[in-house]
Amino acid sequence: MIDVLVIGGGNAALCAALMAREAGASVLMLEASPREWRGGNSQHTRNLRCMHDAPQDVLIEAYPEEEFWQDLLKVTKGVTNERLARLVIRESSTCRGWMRRHGVNFQPSLSGTLHLSRTNAFFMGGGKALVNAYYRSGERLGVQIRYQAPVDRLELDDGRFVAAYCNGERIEARSCVMAAGGFESNREWLREAWGRNELGEWPADNFLIRGTRFNQGVLIRAMMDAGADIIGDPSQSHCVAIDARAPLYDGGICTRVDAVSLGVMVNSSGVRFYDEGEDFWPKRYAIWGRLVAQQPGQIGYCIIDAKAIGRFMPPVYPGEQAATLPELAARMKLPEASFMRTLAEFNAACRPGHFDHTVLDDCRTEGLAPPKTHWARPIDTAPFYAYPLRPGITFTYLGLKTNERAAVHFGGVPSDNLFVAGEMMAGNVLGQGYTAGVGMSIGTAFGRIAGTQAAAAALKERAHAPA
Amino acid sequence: MRRLETLTRDAVALAGGGLTPPEAEVARQMAVCNACRYCEGFCAVFPAMTRRLDFAKADIHYLANLCHNCGACLHACQYAPPHEFAVNVPRAMAQVRLQTYSEFAWPSALGALYRRNGLVLGLATALGIALFLVLVLAMRGALLHQPLAGNFYAIFPHNMLVALFGAAFVFAIVALAVGASRFWGEWSPGPGSGGASAEATKDVLTLKYLDGGHGQGCNEADDRFTLVRRRFHHLTFYGFLLCFAATSVATIYDYGFGWIAPYPFFSLPVLLGTLGGIGLLFGPAGLYVLNRRRHPLHGDPAQRPMDRAFIALLFFTSFTGLALLAWRDTPAMATLLALHLGFVLAFFLTMPYGKFAHAVYRAAALLKYAIEKRQPNTLALGAD
Repeated sequence: MIDVLVIGGGNAALCAALMAREAGASVLMLEASPREWRGGNSQHTRNLRCMHDAPQDVLIEAYPEEEFWQDLLKVTKGVTNERLARLVIRESSTCRGWMRRHGVNFQPSLSGTLHLSRTNAFFMGGGKALVNAYYRSGERLGVQIRYQAPVDRLELDDGRFVAAYCNGERIEARSCVMAAGGFESNREWLREAWGRNELGEWPADNFLIRGTRFNQGVLIRAMMDAGADIIGDPSQSHCVAIDARAPLYDGGICTRVDAVSLGVMVNSSGVRFYDEGEDFWPKRYAIWGRLVAQQPGQIGYCIIDAKAIGRFMPPVYPGEQAATLPELAARMKLPEASFMRTLAEFNAACRPGHFDHTVLDDCRTEGLAPPKTHWARPIDTAPFYAYPLRPGITFTYLGLKTNERAAVHFGGVPSDNLFVAGEMMAGNVLGQGYTAGVGMSIGTAFGRIAGTQAAAAALKERAHAPA
Repeated sequence: MRRLETLTRDAVALAGGGLTPPEAEVARQMAVCNACRYCEGFCAVFPAMTRRLDFAKADIHYLANLCHNCGACLHACQYAPPHEFAVNVPRAMAQVRLQTYSEFAWPSALGALYRRNGLVLGLATALGIALFLVLVLAMRGALLHQPLAGNFYAIFPHNMLVALFGAAFVFAIVALAVGASRFWGEWSPGPGSGGASAEATKDVLTLKYLDGGHGQGCNEADDRFTLVRRRFHHLTFYGFLLCFAATSVATIYDYGFGWIAPYPFFSLPVLLGTLGGIGLLFGPAGLYVLNRRRHPLHGDPAQRPMDRAFIALLFFTSFTGLALLAWRDTPAMATLLALHLGFVLAFFLTMPYGKFAHAVYRAAALLKYAIEKRQPNTLALGAD
């Protein structure tokens, strides 16, 4: 019998598998996807948020525990577990030596991400390079890896893991780590979670999934049915506005459109609906997914003029271009009259100021609802551009309740040999909101803990087993 | 004259929608990469890309020749096949590179030799060998002879060899220089500095961009990093330079001091040539094995004949040279000499129309990069 079964194939699963193997356990990993799509959402990540008290190789200055904790408290609005959160934070300051030993290379922040150069260590080549490195290390250490191996249910005995069912095969193990991601790729579940709006629409039908298609939430559902303790609201997910032309799955980072704060956003009725200039884009991009999701048809249009060109990160799809605003409205099939009224009102409300997109400048509107509080300049210089945007789901918050041993709980009682890591439990720490790189910090910390605990549980059982 | 040619080329390109299909493919992929940028740490291509928002023909030619085909970005790419974005930067760049070699070749008509390059190198070699064998027969009447104590000039007169190879070499240098100036003229980052030249020279001599950005090397058969390609390329490159040095020293001996070949084994020209020859045996042999084992998605499979023909040409040039050294005191010297000179002549004549050209355009692209990176980035994208 195998010692440790790891279900999943992303960062957390790999960390668990490597730690368990290093602790002397035999490890079998079951990755639902084929090899070329392995790694789950980790293949789209790019950095790890790291606590550090002094400059460290690729990290400048310091990012002390307390500041990291306050940042987490702020983005989650308190929906977090301080004990587990501090565990993650401390772990993030010490895990990188181990990551390097398993082949992960770090580099300073990328161009366009200077705001993260103090807090986040970037993976050279991004998350897929990290995933590749971990798989190589796992293969070298003798971790058995199966691809196209989705698990559809577990066999439990009074809170203890007994076996997993995969492609009709019953696989026993002494302990198990579940790190199989959230449910964001499961369209039916999203539909059910988001429900119908007052227009009779099913908003989730228009959502795009920024990451893997393999996060179907099968194990979360199975654990709910088995009576495991659950945390998080199924209708909550990290949801950003991405280019509506993006692929249904795996659009990743490049489908973002960073032009919103430089122009106006209108809905399909040609009407503005939120302050585009509330704060810097890196601090606001995560609210726009939900804002767009609340619009009819779950679509928004970012409208900019020639003045904005060259002032935002290049998007993957070119904007729709037109010489006049009515022409742009026609091209985007927006009602011309209300679109032109919105733009005319906006342009007239812009107060003169000193435009500077690198600071919170004094260009704002007056007497307009909703206002645009920074970077408000009349949209008057041809050519004009429009980017259609839709909600893009990054991950879901629903997961299994856990403790500092990464144990799955049943009725408040931690399991001896069933552990959880990654997106399946991130909601314990990150109950809502998001800040760059924290998902990887949680996945790495709890993956490593779960792997260690699972190995210990398995080796203990092996020692006690009758010969 | 050159301006006219450039204008003509541009006009032809414009008539065809601006970019050729391989160039359009690079432009398409660069739009994905520029919105992602995860690969910035690997090499010079991506930092150069982030200084641009649009990718015109000259930008694409520059980036394509900056790419070393190391494979790191392909294995790290979240958008690589089977993703529908189908990003494979090393392949797209390789396809444009071949096009630039052909387009910049001088005389322009000979750019067509890139179309069936394996065949071209094979025929050039066959003709070279045939030429020298016929010359042996014409001058000596037979391929075998009494031992001549390694005196090549007893077979071919010194002046004849100097005239023939001097002309071939000068022609190759002129052709490559014209190509380089065509490439440089498309887009120039401005005047260079000592620092930029020194950096570019170092990047060439150390093959910096085969180190993966982290020093562990590039990719071959899979996503593992290895320094083997860099090392075999070093053996090849420095072996070539040593052979070149051997010839130069011998030329100085001859014209400067009146010391006429053959030189003893422990003389500077023979030692340099032997060392270089050994590098040119093991280097190309290693590169051939690696080329056979490369991941199927790496580079442009259509260019394998060009790559392998050039590798073979280098290998056999060295092999016949060392064989000549080993048996120069035997009756086979004339035949071995004819074989060796046939390979050498084929090598010189095809330098501007084969894989060798990559060295020139790569070095020029690295110099462009070293100059450009010292200039302030004019984009203010505001994400910081």
